[in-house]
Amino acid sequence: MINKVCPTVAQAVADIPDGATVMVGGFGASGSPIELLHALIDQGAKNLTVINNNTGNGEVGLAALIANGQVSKMICSFPRSSQSRVFPKFYKEGKIALDLVPQGTLAERIRAAGAGMPAFYTPTTVGTVLAEGKEQREFEGRTYVLERWLKADYALIKCETADPLGNLTYNKTARNFSPLMCMAATTTIVQTRRLVERGEINPEHVVTPGIFVDRVVEVSEPVHEDILIAEGRRYP
Amino acid sequence: MSTGWNREQIAARVAQDIPDGSYVNLGIGIPELVAQFVPEGREFIYHTENGLLGMGPPPSDEERDLDLMNAGKKYVTAMPGAAYFHHADSFSMIRGGHLDVCVLGTLQVAANGDIANWSTGELDAVPAVGGAMDLVQGVKQIFVVTQHTTKTGEPKLVERCTYPLTGVGVVSRVYSDLAVIDITPDGFQLVELAPGVTFDEVKTKTGATLRPPAGSN
Repeated sequence: MINKVCPTVAQAVADIPDGATVMVGGFGASGSPIELLHALIDQGAKNLTVINNNTGNGEVGLAALIANGQVSKMICSFPRSSQSRVFPKFYKEGKIALDLVPQGTLAERIRAAGAGMPAFYTPTTVGTVLAEGKEQREFEGRTYVLERWLKADYALIKCETADPLGNLTYNKTARNFSPLMCMAATTTIVQTRRLVERGEINPEHVVTPGIFVDRVVEVSEPVHEDILIAEGRRYP
Repeated sequence: MSTGWNREQIAARVAQDIPDGSYVNLGIGIPELVAQFVPEGREFIYHTENGLLGMGPPPSDEERDLDLMNAGKKYVTAMPGAAYFHHADSFSMIRGGHLDVCVLGTLQVAANGDIANWSTGELDAVPAVGGAMDLVQGVKQIFVVTQHTTKTGEPKLVERCTYPLTGVGVVSRVYSDLAVIDITPDGFQLVELAPGVTFDEVKTKTGATLRPPAGSN
């Protein structure tokens, strides 16, 4: 019988190797899988390429993973914000690489990887520096830029409710990139606020079907990035 | 000496041009204020890139939900009838041409409708683009709100943008503290002056040819 439940966050991330490409769900603080990120800091994998819309805030979660020297490259759309200090410092010191991708292109590249589509044409970036060196083609009189899929070895995801099959629901805008990342990673690891029995999630309400999920770990009282930052916390 | 429009008055002027029933995306800064000036009898539905259609005003402390933010990472509420969705659906609404109006701030806007609002091109700055390049390509009408000149008096309405472009030929109308200006095939054309502002003043502070309103001499 299929059971994807993993007892601890430490076990859930134990096999992530040095050099892995890791998608991290969340948009700013909402939906950020802080407990899985902190487990990855404890685990210590290095030279990671991380895909997230942002680069973390304060010195917790994703920012702490960068501060700990574990990330060699970020693929994101918006690497700075009012609370983002670690990435800008590392970037200016030449300690981390940046691949800047417009937000909609980032989402669609991840979706394409999950859907088995190696590339697609988008109007986004036409005529800008971000289109330089990319194949362009005209369709019905308008120019489009070719973009490729974006895959990952692992995805770290936070959700609201999960069952042992890996069916997931999210909470409000904490959903953001997570359903796409679940599809695009070879191994998808999910922390859930509520772990329920098989059959308890109405099939009509499932957002991420369990086929896209490999491991589920219950974190019933997840910390929130904004609260940790307000309290002046840092990790480790 | 001019009086012109303040930030709220610019936002209120933009709101006048948004038709009832529009699906609207508001950028950060003055654009956010547009939601406070919806004309009587009209309803706008607000989209935010991070997965919400039907965004409401900021929450009270009791209402605040840590999982409910807008694209500027500020806490918001959801209106009755709102919908949540993932990022690919959100940008399908944008790129697919389903949104009616996007209101954006800018660094520069050019007479040919080009916009530069994501980077000053400084080499030591951390570049960040977010969803701006998708919005300007996909939303049916792009309205730009801006101060007419920079803090040092340089024009922000220019013949050609010198900063890295966000999009080419995408802007339809510009709202500044001094005037409302259309982007036409012939360049900038005045629509309306702010109170106490003269055409000559706007013309002087615009970095490209400004034509008088249609129908005037």
